[in-house]
Parts: sequence; structure tokens; C-alpha cells
Amino acid sequence: MTDILSMSEIRKCFAQIPVLKRVNFTLRRGEIHALMGGNGAGKSTLMKILTGVYQRDGGTIRIDGQTAHYHDTLSAERAGVAMIFQEFSLVPTLTVAQNIFLGREPKYPGTPFINNTEMVRRSRALLRDLGVDIDPEQQVSGLSVGLMQIVEIAKALSKKARILVMDEPTSSLSETETGALFALVRRLRAQGLSVVYISHRMAEILTLCDRVTVMRDGETVMTADCSALSVQTIIGAMLGEGNSASFVWHDRGPAPQAEPILEVRSLRLAKRIDDVSFDIRPGEIVGLAGLMGSGRTEIAETIFGRRAALSGEIIFDGAPVRGQADAISRGIAMVPEDRRKMGLVLDHSVGDNIVLPNLARFTGLLFMRDQQARATVDRTIRDLSIKTDGPDKLARLLSGGNQQKIVIGKWLARDPRLLILDEPTIGVDIGAKSEIVETVRAMADRGTAVLVISSELEELMAISDRILVLHGGRIADQMNRRDVANEEELHHAIQGHSRPALRTIDA
Amino acid sequence: MQSKAIAARRSAPSMRDIQWQNYVVYIFFAAVLVFFSVTIGDKGFLSVMNLFNIARTTAMITVIAVAMTFVISAGELDLSVGSTAALAALTCALVMQAGYPWPAAVIAALLAGMAVGSLNGFFVTVIGIPSFLVTLGMMQFIRGVDMRVTYTNPVSISNQTFNALFGSGNIGGVPSLLIWSVAIAILGHVVLKYTAFGRAVLATGGNRLAAEYSGIKTRRIKFAVFLMSGAAAALAGMLYSGMMQTARFNFGEGAELMAIAAVILGGTSLFGGKGTILGTFAGSLLIGTINNGLIIMGLDVSEQMMVAGGIIILAVAFGKKPAT
Ligand SMILES: Nc1ncnc2c1ncn2[C@@H]1O[C@H](COP(=O)(O)OP(=O)(O)OP(=O)(O)O)[C@@H](O)[C@H]1O
Ligand SMILES: [Mg+2]
Repeated sequence: MTDILSMSEIRKCFAQIPVLKRVNFTLRRGEIHALMGGNGAGKSTLMKILTGVYQRDGGTIRIDGQTAHYHDTLSAERAGVAMIFQEFSLVPTLTVAQNIFLGREPKYPGTPFINNTEMVRRSRALLRDLGVDIDPEQQVSGLSVGLMQIVEIAKALSKKARILVMDEPTSSLSETETGALFALVRRLRAQGLSVVYISHRMAEILTLCDRVTVMRDGETVMTADCSALSVQTIIGAMLGEGNSASFVWHDRGPAPQAEPILEVRSLRLAKRIDDVSFDIRPGEIVGLAGLMGSGRTEIAETIFGRRAALSGEIIFDGAPVRGQADAISRGIAMVPEDRRKMGLVLDHSVGDNIVLPNLARFTGLLFMRDQQARATVDRTIRDLSIKTDGPDKLARLLSGGNQQKIVIGKWLARDPRLLILDEPTIGVDIGAKSEIVETVRAMADRGTAVLVISSELEELMAISDRILVLHGGRIADQMNRRDVANEEELHHAIQGHSRPALRTIDA
Repeated sequence: MQSKAIAARRSAPSMRDIQWQNYVVYIFFAAVLVFFSVTIGDKGFLSVMNLFNIARTTAMITVIAVAMTFVISAGELDLSVGSTAALAALTCALVMQAGYPWPAAVIAALLAGMAVGSLNGFFVTVIGIPSFLVTLGMMQFIRGVDMRVTYTNPVSISNQTFNALFGSGNIGGVPSLLIWSVAIAILGHVVLKYTAFGRAVLATGGNRLAAEYSGIKTRRIKFAVFLMSGAAAALAGMLYSGMMQTARFNFGEGAELMAIAAVILGGTSLFGGKGTILGTFAGSLLIGTINNGLIIMGLDVSEQMMVAGGIIILAVAFGKKPAT
């Protein structure tokens, strides 16, 4: 096998802080190559240099043995490199075909007019080759996230890409969509496409990829065949010798005897939720499991007061929740799913973002107490090891996983009485994941009730005292964590292979 | 290692980190001052009288622009401020003409401005119409009202206390207009920068959803900035009328655009989330100084407009961050 790409001695600084220090990376023709590393290790930056988004400070890039000199994404595309960004680059108001050929629309020969028939025909052919049934004339806004991803891939392939970079493509895909994506990527590999695949999910890497390169603090520390690797070796390389991330469950003892702080009674919501009831006690961590689209986020948003229920009750601390302002003032906090849209003011600093939910706390008679706020910000950055040059750095400039840590850190200072976490560790590296789990556990030990929504079973298994399974619009099953032997058992429950009888919970 | 990086960054910001784009308005202001001092310094540009004159003519724009900074930082726009200023001026003059004492007139004028502000706020936050459209319509509507109440006749103001306080007078040798604009700018600066309300305004404009998830009542914040804008427009209207010792329906025509230009020149983002009152103050003075200097240079109105427009575009272009 030959190398289609070799990047050597790549260097890059942002504001004089080195982010890539002489990185070497090679990609073979027709392989799927995993790029791994902790949050802020420099993976996205390296790939943005490959795709011409950023300019490198030093080093060489060779594609097919030819030194590549490019200064923008357009010339990178001409050299055969395409990237699928975490934040999609599709225009929601245009059709699938219009998106695929955006800026390169086929014209009637000799005229400036777009040949729409031809554009649709070619899109249809492309999508058929990818084995998906998407109508090229459909508007993109109506597609599911998984299908949008596939349109992105079609767009990349229509540009004759030979190297495809995918940055955490599965973080918002359902299990089925992920399966379909993997099948597609494998088929493309068979056709000779080379893929760089960035992900924090170990299981994915080991099933999908041929080789893996691990980065740490802006350097490549390991490249090896996946077949020869164990999860432990990869984690060891990511975190550095002597560090290990323990992502394991501790039995926190029997559930506290206190009265429930949250009671959800026969909740019915507009679309998917028919009849949901459950309780959470102070100090208890409850996991909410279910398929993508089963309505978990909707339930959370209703508890947080952002949605109205069709019927049913939400009682917090003895009284119904009346809207979001009421929820927040009574101590309910929610870490939303989409950090860029709902979690962060991206153009504000790390510090300002952390202070935001705590404005009242840091206000004296009239003015902000900046000293106090600063102290809290510094502590949050330290506690969650948020990788930033300082509290004044713009949130936009942090790596994805570190942005996610800010969204969680925002609430720590407030010590909420009920903390709702919706997919709290999307894009977070394994080391930080265990830090987040520890932090949540510590909050629960101080009496915070916690509701966790996660599509990663491993995470639910690590964090929950009790797991609720949402299926078909109701709580189909609930189990004490200590009674669940392994992930398979939970997996089955979620898929709806219901268990013999609804288990009763011993308090 | 990480904490070391933080410490290093705080103690010694390097030259490259200081983004000069943030200071473009001050640089332009200094450049314009130097230019006019050299070219027309001997024609009276530098005289105290003329400098006070600049301060006087920019006071209304400054007052409006300070509130506009809040509106734009919250991600909205208020085009109705010019006609609201005239409405307040007329209200004030008519109330005094009817024989009420001047403080009552001032309160009536402020209430009129705040009424317009609440209407704007209501349509934007409760009905959910984009503020550009709401305030565009309001600008027309209120100007119509202005014309109607006095059938376009001016209303003179004879109360000398009012005239001295709002516009014509001096306090300790300093024009009251200058005092008003500095006071409002300081107030705005402190509120935007050092209070929870200011932070909430910036967060609302920066990312409304994230602000809501953080417990900020963004509707209330947006309503509040429109209310402030209406009140500021009313004050500006009274400053006009105090200076002219009369109130006219056409006061404040084009003031909304001048104010927006001052705000954007000062470095506030037109898309919300980022704003500075000091920049706005400098932006307003910059516009006023250019206009004043061009008049002294003897340019006619058409030439003044072309040069002033060109300079504004140039300054904004220089202030733009290089695309990353
Ligand atoms: N435009 C930028 N300006 C300043 N610093 C930046 C910029 N882009 C990235 N960085 C910094 O470079 C470092 C590496 O970021 P990068 O996004 O490459 O990390 P990553 O390995 O992709 O992490 P993650 O797994 O969290 O996505 C981070 O510390 C980040 O703060
Ligand atoms: Mg990344």
C-alpha cells in the first residue's frame, strides 16, 4: 500500500501559543485512519490545515508524492481533499441538489444559466451510488441529521475527493444512522477513498478503522494498526503514561430515603410522549435511556419549563413548575444538548460564559463583584481542566470538548437542586468524561438530584444509580443500576425487547 | 502547565495580542483632530468656542447613541428615535405652553418617549416582529403624529430655566449640553460594563438561546432596551428644543442613522453581543468633528455629505477584523 498523503513537521501557533509542534501524519490509499487525542490536542487544527482552512506555520504536505501548496479550501479541494465539519456547511433553505452543486452548478453550454435537470440527475446518481434514498429536490431543512451527513458526503464526493476528513461525524447520529454511515464509509474505502476519522468513541474506532494515530498536546505520540491495539493502550497514549481514566460505576449505596424532590405524573406531550411518570430524590442520579428521537429531550425541556405539557404534572419540591424562570429560580439547571446553539455565547469569553447563570450571585448592591466572579471562573477552569490560554479567551476558539466543559462548568457554581444533563459528554475525551462523571457524583453527594440523558450506554452505566427506559412514549422499564449486569441488558431494554415483567424497585 | 500559561498571559499581554482594530475609532478621531488642527487651526477650529460647539452639536446624537448601543448589543435596532425625539420636544413645549411648570413638562416628555419605547418593545418581544420593521413603521407613524399635533408649526419655549438646563446654558463655563452627554455616556458605560443588566444585554444579543438556558429573561431585557432607547430619545428631543428654544416637528430627522453610525464606528457589533459605550462616545464625536471641520473648511453641503460618508465607510473598514 502506498501513502496518498503525508504531512510532516507541521507547526501551528495561535496567538504565539503553539498548538501543533512538528506533527507527522501519513494516510494510506484506501484506509480508514482514526485520529484520536484529548480535547485540545490539535486534531481539528491539523485537519483544518490539511483542508486549507488554516495556514500552517511550517512543515510540508505531500499528496500522491507531490508537494501541495495551497492557501484556501478551494485549492485543497482541487487537490482532492474534502472535510465534513461537525457544524454542517449545508444551506437549509436550498434543496439537496442545490447544496451538492453549490458554487459549481452545471450550466447550459455557452450560457450563464443553470441546467437544473442535469443538476438533479447527477445528484440522483450520486445519492444512488451511496445507496440512500434521498430526493434531490427536497429541501435540506427537512432531513434528519443522519441524512444531512450523507448529503455532505455526496457533496464531497461530487468534488472528486480522494481524501475525506470526518470530524466527529457520529456525535448526533442514532444507532441505525451510525450503522448506515459505517457501511457507507466501508464501501467507499473499497472504492479506494482514504478517510481520516476523528472520534472520541473507542468502540467505533476499533470496529471501523484500520490504523490509528494518537495526538497529545500538539504532537503525534503513536501510530499503529488497530488490530494490534486495545482500548487501554489507546487511552494510555492519549493521556500519557501513568494516567488512567476510570470510567467505572461505584455503588453509591441504597437510594436516599428523603421525599422525592421531582415528581413527574402522567406527562403527555404533543408528539411522542403519552404517559410518563417518575420520581427523583435529592442526591440521586437517574439515567434516562431511550432511542434517538424517543422524546427524552422533550421531557427534560418540559421539566425545565421550556415546554408546556398537554396534560400531566411536574411537581418540584412540592409545587408545580411554572415556566422556565420559575424553574431556574427554584434551583433547576439544564445543560442543553447543542452547546453551540444553546449552551454558549460563542463570541464571549470563557469567563463571561461561566459567570452568565450566576449574574445575580455576583452582583452586589448595584455592580458586579468581578473579583469573586474571577475566583469562581478560575476554580471552574481548574476543576474541569478546561484547556484554554486563560479566562479571557473567546469560547469560539476552544476545542469542541473544552467548549462542552464550559457548558457544564457554568452550573457548578450555582449548586442546583436538580441538574438535568442532556448528552453531557458529546465530543468530550475519555479523561474529561471521567472528570465530568466524578463532578456529577460529587454534586449528588451534596444533595443535588440529577437526571442524565445519554445515548452512550457506557456513560449511563457509569453514572446512574437508577435507569429509566423510555420506549413507545412511556417509561417501559426501570432498573436499579446494581441489578444491571452489562450494557447488553440495557441495550435490549432500550430496543424494546421488553423484559418479562416490569421490575419493582426496592427503595 | 496550564495555570502557568494563564499566569503568563495575564501578566504580559504581548503586542500582537492587542488588537488595534478595537481602537480604530480613537485612532481616526486623533487623526481627524490633527488634520483639522494643521489645516484650519488658524481659522478658529481649535478655539475653545468651536470645540464647545462640536460638543454641543453632537450631544443629542451622543445621548441617542448611548441607548442605541444597548439596543444593538441586545441584537435589535431602533429606527424610531429621531421622530420620538421630536415628539418629546413638542410634548414638552406644549405642556409648558399650557402653563404647567417645566418639571411637569420634562416628565411628560420622558413619558411620551417611554410610551413609544414600550410600543416598540411590545411588538418586538410579545408579537415577535423584527425590530427593524417595527421601528421603521414607528418612525413614520410618530413623524406623522409630530406633524399633526401642531400642523407643522413650531412651538416656542419661553421658560428660561428649562432652556438653560437643557441646551442653551452654561454651568461653570461648560455648556450644559456637554455635561448632559458626558453624564449619559458615563452612566451608560457603567451600566453596560459593571452591572448584571449590562452582561445580560450582551448575552442576549450574543446568543439568545444560551442566555435563556442560563436563566436570563431575554424578553424583559429586550423590552428594557427599547424603553431606554425611548427615554434617551426623549431627552435628546428636549436638548434640541432647549438649544433652539423652540420645538419643531422635524427635529431629529436622520438622527437614527447618525446614531447607528456612531455606535458601529465605536466598535459595537451590528449583530449584537459586543458593545462599548466609550467607543460610541468617540464615534459620535468623530462624526461631529468631521462635520464641523468640513464646514469651517468652507465645503458646501453636498461636498460635506460626500466626504463625511466616505470617512465613515473607511473607518468601519479599518475596524473590521481580518477574517479568520
Ligand atoms: N482559531 C483559534 N485561535 C486560537 N486558539 C485556537 C484556535 N483554534 C484552536 N485553538 C486552540 O488550539 C488547541 C487545539 O484545538 P483543536 O480544535 O485542534 O483540538 P481538538 O484536538 O480537535 O480537540 P477536541 O477533541 O476537543 O475537538 C485548543 O487548545 C484550542 O483552544
Ligand atoms: Mg475538534
